[in-house]
Amino acid sequence: MSSTTVVLQTHGLVKRFGGITATDHVNLTITQGARHALIGPNGAGKTTLINLITGVLPQTEGRITLEGADITDLAPHQRVRRGLVRTFQINQLFSGMTPLETLTMVVSQHRGLGSRWWQALGQDTAVVERCGQLMEQFRLTDVMHQRTEQMPYGKRRLLEMAIALACEPRVLLLDEPVAGVPAGEREELLHTVSALPADVSVVLIEHDMDLVFEFAKRITVLVNGAVLTEGTPQEIAQDPQVKAVYLGQGEGAHV
Amino acid sequence: MQDALLKNSRIKWWEPLLWLMAFTTPWLFSQHALIINEIAIVALFAVSLDLVLGYSGIVSLGHASFLGFGAYTAALFAKWIHPDPLLGLAVGAAAACVLGALCSATILRGSDLTRLMVTLGMALILFELANKFDGLTGGSDGLQGVVMGPVLGRFEFDLMGQVAASYSLAVLWVLFFFARRLVHSPFGATLMAVRDNRLRAMAIGVPVSTRLAIVYTIAAGVAGAAGALMAQTTGFASLDVFALERSADVMLILVIGGVGWLYGGVVGAVVFKLMHDVISSITPQYWTFWMGLFLVVLVMVGRERLFKPWTWMDRT
Amino acid sequence: MSELLRVEQVSAGYGEAVVLNDISFVLAEGETLALLGRNGTGKTTLMDTLAGATRQHGGQIFLAGKTLHTLASFQRAEAGIGWVPQERCIFKSLTVHENLTAVAQAVRSDRGAHAAWTPERVYELFPRLAERKTNLGTQLSGGEQQMLAVGRALVLNPRLLLLDEPLEGLAPIIVQELLRAIARITREEGLSAIIVEQHPQAILAISHQAVVLDQGRVVHRGSAHTLASQPELLDQLLGVARA
Repeated sequence: MSSTTVVLQTHGLVKRFGGITATDHVNLTITQGARHALIGPNGAGKTTLINLITGVLPQTEGRITLEGADITDLAPHQRVRRGLVRTFQINQLFSGMTPLETLTMVVSQHRGLGSRWWQALGQDTAVVERCGQLMEQFRLTDVMHQRTEQMPYGKRRLLEMAIALACEPRVLLLDEPVAGVPAGEREELLHTVSALPADVSVVLIEHDMDLVFEFAKRITVLVNGAVLTEGTPQEIAQDPQVKAVYLGQGEGAHV
Repeated sequence: MQDALLKNSRIKWWEPLLWLMAFTTPWLFSQHALIINEIAIVALFAVSLDLVLGYSGIVSLGHASFLGFGAYTAALFAKWIHPDPLLGLAVGAAAACVLGALCSATILRGSDLTRLMVTLGMALILFELANKFDGLTGGSDGLQGVVMGPVLGRFEFDLMGQVAASYSLAVLWVLFFFARRLVHSPFGATLMAVRDNRLRAMAIGVPVSTRLAIVYTIAAGVAGAAGALMAQTTGFASLDVFALERSADVMLILVIGGVGWLYGGVVGAVVFKLMHDVISSITPQYWTFWMGLFLVVLVMVGRERLFKPWTWMDRT
Repeated sequence: MSELLRVEQVSAGYGEAVVLNDISFVLAEGETLALLGRNGTGKTTLMDTLAGATRQHGGQIFLAGKTLHTLASFQRAEAGIGWVPQERCIFKSLTVHENLTAVAQAVRSDRGAHAAWTPERVYELFPRLAERKTNLGTQLSGGEQQMLAVGRALVLNPRLLLLDEPLEGLAPIIVQELLRAIARITREEGLSAIIVEQHPQAILAISHQAVVLDQGRVVHRGSAHTLASQPELLDQLLGVARA
């Protein structure tokens, strides 16, 4: 498969809230196997853009295509079924369930077993095995029986990521995935993401520039809802406009 | 790991004992057969509310809509079409299912507060409709003269109420285990996910609206079955099946027994009904005071500490 | 410099669980303390304990000589604790301006000549918030909510700022500004701060003292400058596995 196959594209996406234009004619193109970062000042509209792409927010104008198909009018859960999966900046977990229950449920749902009412949860061995794999990958095995609301923050963040990967995404949108995860584990987490097969395309919102420059092959800079510029990490790090509005003159300017 | 997951759905050792005991009660305590019947019916009603409230997070102050609809349908069916109880039960439950499917559109949007108002409104509408069409329903006098045929063609409803109680218990048992299967399945897990975090449930591919509509329909059917039992075992149906008190009482029962736990409905029904019976025989005018006091203490102290009065004043 | 905060043999946790054991340290006025440690070692619990949000099982806490550990959270805020919790917890149904004015305290009489923190000064520090003055809490992005949480603690005109991961999710340029602001405030205005952060280097650079926790206990206490110049020790204390 050519590495320039486009998997996700937004066409002139606009979102207005009353008088405010939160998303300003954004054209974003993500290619197959992308390791793409989306950066920009706080309030630039990065999460809003993710919300538009995943269907949580309806757009004012514009279209979105996923692997060539127009998904603009599809409901959020339908987009997930087609492989467009996201994580949330603030953990969105199921407070009453344990990681074991959560991941078993997600895997079941993903494999189309979510409507099965006669079989007990956990009876499908293949599902449970997959769940075990995920928990090991995300170091959740030691807390698998703890209710989410009692888990420490770092573990919850890991579960947040595990849930997304349990949906076997084709395009993965990560909203500040390492927020609250300590230094040593951040690289590990991002390595897990980088190590995803080449046919999974990843878009990452992040502020930790060390990680962004290590992970991303392509960076889009969003300011005030519009795309300021796009390029390779080297290009972005040296761009004077980007430095002025986002990176600053100090440690942020790397590479 | 698989064990831990399946542990929840496995039948505990005390469950067969409990049900066996339950089934013998109408015969051992034949003078209490009537109240045993009432407890079984109310328990079934509570289980149906637990499906929507406890497991799916849909707050409803009008669940009696389905109780009443099932009751009147079964009563009319028995009176005008066929007196067979099981057939009437099926018809009552099915009718309530249809109503539930139609009403489910109203509970999908909005906040908990709007859901409370909408469900309350639905019950009030049905109350008035039943009142208005008094030619059919008997209006405020109620629908009387419902004579049932024998259950399964053999067991006639006796005056003592023993057959009635056994019949209700049997229906409770079947539907309880159906609900049990449901909540421990992947389907049930996705319902709890929707309850805990609707946004995330959508983000993992759960068709939230469809799932909620399905569970609401099923719960309506179960409530309708409870209503049918009520009409069949008492021989009439009256407007108070739609009353706010019914919807409120069943919520209280879940508070007492515990939400999100199927046996909570059963336990709550037993405790509530027995307390009502015992207290109102001691003090007929003031039983609501004692019931209210019990509820306040229960909610403030918490179920686990209720039986350890020395812990009540501790700060959590 | 006079002593501001004294923590003596504090043990605390949530409900019955004890997470912290025998925590002791002293913070002077105008000092910044970097609170470090791996995840789950009790940093946030310690912050919550100082703010009055957990159950303290033992030990004592004194703020400027007065007993703090018997006070409820809101009394501690009045006494001078400005808490920015890890989860931000801004008032979502209020606008940015309302968030800042609802809690603003009058300048303390013991602040001397220092200018009081007012909403206007917060807007100077975070121009982005000034642009969003009339936005509701729910209409702010994650980073903006963070800025608002810090600003809200500042308008309390506290004596001690408790910042639980204040830099998380902020754009690099804002991180630099905030660090500069914290360094300036503590130096010029005698405000003390305890900062929990996942990026030790950035915080150690502006801190005087460093305390490292492991499994609820203090395993290192000393000069921040010294620790910053010993990367191997830092790595060891934080349990960071390096290849």
